[in-house]
Amino acid sequence: MNAPLAPVDRDTLLRRLADILAAQNLIIDAEGQRPYECDALPLYRDLPLAVALPETAEQAQAVLRTCHELGVPVVPRGAGTGLTAGSMPHPEGVLLCLSKLDRIVEIDPLGRTARVQPGVSNLAISTAAAAHGLFYGPDPSSQIACSIGGNVAANSGGVHCLKYGLTVHNILALKLLTIEGEELKIGGRALDSPGLDLMALLTGSEGLLAVVTEVMVRLLPIPETAQVVMAGFASVTDAGDAVGDVIAAGIVPAGLEMMDRLAIQAAEDFAQAGYPRDAEAILLCELDGTAEEVAQHGATVAELFRARGATSLELSRDEAHRQLLWKGRKSAFPAVGRLSPDYYCMDGTIPRGQIASVLHEIQRLAADYQLRVANVFHAGDGNLHPLILFDGGDPDSVRRAERLGEDILRLSVRAGGCITGEHGVGIEKLNTMPDQFSPEELAQLEDIKAAFDPALTLNPGKGVPILKRCQEYRALPGRHTHG
Amino acid sequence: MGDCTAAIAAEVAAAAAAGRPLYIVGGDSKRHLAGRDCDGGNLSVAAHTGVIDYHPRELVITARAGTPLTQLRATLAAERQCLAFDPPDFGGRATLGGTLACNLNGPARPWRGSIRDAVLGVTLVNGKGETLRFGGSVMKNVAGYDVSRLQAGALGTLGVVLEASLKVLPVPEHSVTLRYDMDIDDAIASMNRRAAEPRPLSGAAWIDGALFLRLSGAESAVRHTAGLWGGDTLADADAPWASLRDMQLPFFGGDAPLWRLSMNASSPATDSFGPMLIDWCGAQRWVRGEPHVASLQRYASHGGGHATLFRGGDRAGEVRAPLSSVEQRLQTRLKQAFDPAGVLNPGRLYSWL
Repeated sequence: MNAPLAPVDRDTLLRRLADILAAQNLIIDAEGQRPYECDALPLYRDLPLAVALPETAEQAQAVLRTCHELGVPVVPRGAGTGLTAGSMPHPEGVLLCLSKLDRIVEIDPLGRTARVQPGVSNLAISTAAAAHGLFYGPDPSSQIACSIGGNVAANSGGVHCLKYGLTVHNILALKLLTIEGEELKIGGRALDSPGLDLMALLTGSEGLLAVVTEVMVRLLPIPETAQVVMAGFASVTDAGDAVGDVIAAGIVPAGLEMMDRLAIQAAEDFAQAGYPRDAEAILLCELDGTAEEVAQHGATVAELFRARGATSLELSRDEAHRQLLWKGRKSAFPAVGRLSPDYYCMDGTIPRGQIASVLHEIQRLAADYQLRVANVFHAGDGNLHPLILFDGGDPDSVRRAERLGEDILRLSVRAGGCITGEHGVGIEKLNTMPDQFSPEELAQLEDIKAAFDPALTLNPGKGVPILKRCQEYRALPGRHTHG
Repeated sequence: MGDCTAAIAAEVAAAAAAGRPLYIVGGDSKRHLAGRDCDGGNLSVAAHTGVIDYHPRELVITARAGTPLTQLRATLAAERQCLAFDPPDFGGRATLGGTLACNLNGPARPWRGSIRDAVLGVTLVNGKGETLRFGGSVMKNVAGYDVSRLQAGALGTLGVVLEASLKVLPVPEHSVTLRYDMDIDDAIASMNRRAAEPRPLSGAAWIDGALFLRLSGAESAVRHTAGLWGGDTLADADAPWASLRDMQLPFFGGDAPLWRLSMNASSPATDSFGPMLIDWCGAQRWVRGEPHVASLQRYASHGGGHATLFRGGDRAGEVRAPLSSVEQRLQTRLKQAFDPAGVLNPGRLYSWL
């Protein structure tokens, strides 16, 4: 067991950091730190000793070296759009914010790659690549704001990952910094690497193993055309079965999304996308590719939905209509947000065949907890996003929402799935990790962590429960969780 | 066909206790491929076979590691589905476990992904003899580190994979292969330009003076694109790709060392190392014989990649490109995290691992 480190000499730390960073890039006052106290899950918040905003990878490296030398925890942060408190500051640590590393370094149109700094937003890559007829595949709903560095940490997906894959399928190389502040380059322009596949291990590692300072992504040709088939169904069972029908027909849609009744009402009030208000569920199925392929598959999908008893059916007539049909889906989270003071977004993934039974069970659980749940999710890959509506001002409502959330995650595991499909574990799901993993499996994950970060100072208290090693000093004090 | 989990775990635990190295064997088709010679005692997973779970509507198959690829392919073909990464089956001997361990992938790899991309979950025995499961059988799972994909290409150095769940895909409705007489430089430029078009390309290779492009997908889209792109249409759209995948082409014959270059798809060709065969739209290149190794690594590294002595030659020395000191240290620690006694395929990937 490691002995607890001596308490950090705050003044020494701040003096050393001030030598590295310009004054405006080192935030030490509580008021200035407030915007950094949480990510997009504000249930968990705290202030660090300092927020460091390096402008170069060299500055980030110097910050890491300093913190390593002083034994100070470091929490990396991108755009702060995470949903699991994965970048919540450590009260005795430095928040290393990579948002100022926001340069697109290079786009290679013939090799179909882009090299970017971690603070570049997901959407900015596709915007820059569009001039060459190319785009970047993964498209999380926060893509306007979320950064590619954060996408790597989370292995982000999005609406189109059914066809185009997750972040891990779309990156070629990473430059990183170890907790010691050493530069680590992995991958390259090749499709594989000679040794152990650290790229696979680091993608989705929630900033627990290393800090990303540059990413090379693969770019794909922009499809010639795209069309959405929207269908309403009289039951979630019919809609769930229709999802399986599309897959069984040998079609891999670019996206296949489902919304339930509450989400439909909220989205329609918000966006007037023309969704059928009388439906219990709708499916939005996007097909893309060449004009011939889209026409062929669009007709097939429409026929499958009809055969499954669709109560309404619409094919997008043109690009404007397609955008309108998506507008409802894309604004569904804020639209649902208008129904309640707060909402809590869950992220379990289940086998597609279990969608209807799991949705019914979620409604039953919600009734038990006297809460409402709206469902807007990636049906094509079985990734649920139940939105639990609650009142953050009412501690009892918060407690019920959290318990319902944990029940839903356990339900996902029992249905043959997992506790998180794309949002990650962070702090939020640490308690449910033992539902998915045995003690030996958790110990193996802990040993992986220790291989990269023996002192356990990189993003401590997140992602994987630490059971074997003493983490007294580095773990998050109990006061920072609640309920 | 059976479940040998307990026996395999016990064998690893005993070997770890005795500090006795093991060499993991499935169909024994790759002992002299991909990695270095390894002199551990055989640990056979060949009897650990069978498809455990397959629901076509989930696009997922779960099978034991000793299951021959030919059996997996037949099971999937009955439902008009396939292994999208289309791995070589080495005369029917290749197994699921060995294919994952070697991360071996066919000509469609740049478009339809690798086995590393397709793996959703694994059950493995680590070097302590513990049976562990990571990932799962659903499309997305980010709980814990991605230990499943880490097994791809690890050559069994981190664990004995017992089961794997893979994402599978529908068999493309239609395929056409186009042939063009072309020199290697024009071929590399041409295949990369074609790959930047939004068309259903699923293979791009240059073999002995000819560029081959395969189109796969919706029949309407394949026919339309074939009309636009011209070239000679082959009578059998699959023929060149099957023999390329299984290394049955004359280029791969004989005992001369076979080098694999994995690099930037659009990097220029070179004639410094003798005749070259190009696959994966330029991202996988093969050369034969005994090139100047440092020059070959330099060429691959200049193209953002690396060279491997894939078959033949001196397999007691290193067969893969060297890693940076930081990466080597992390890989060593990772190996220790999984296999503290160092009994699983020691030295198979690198002499120091």
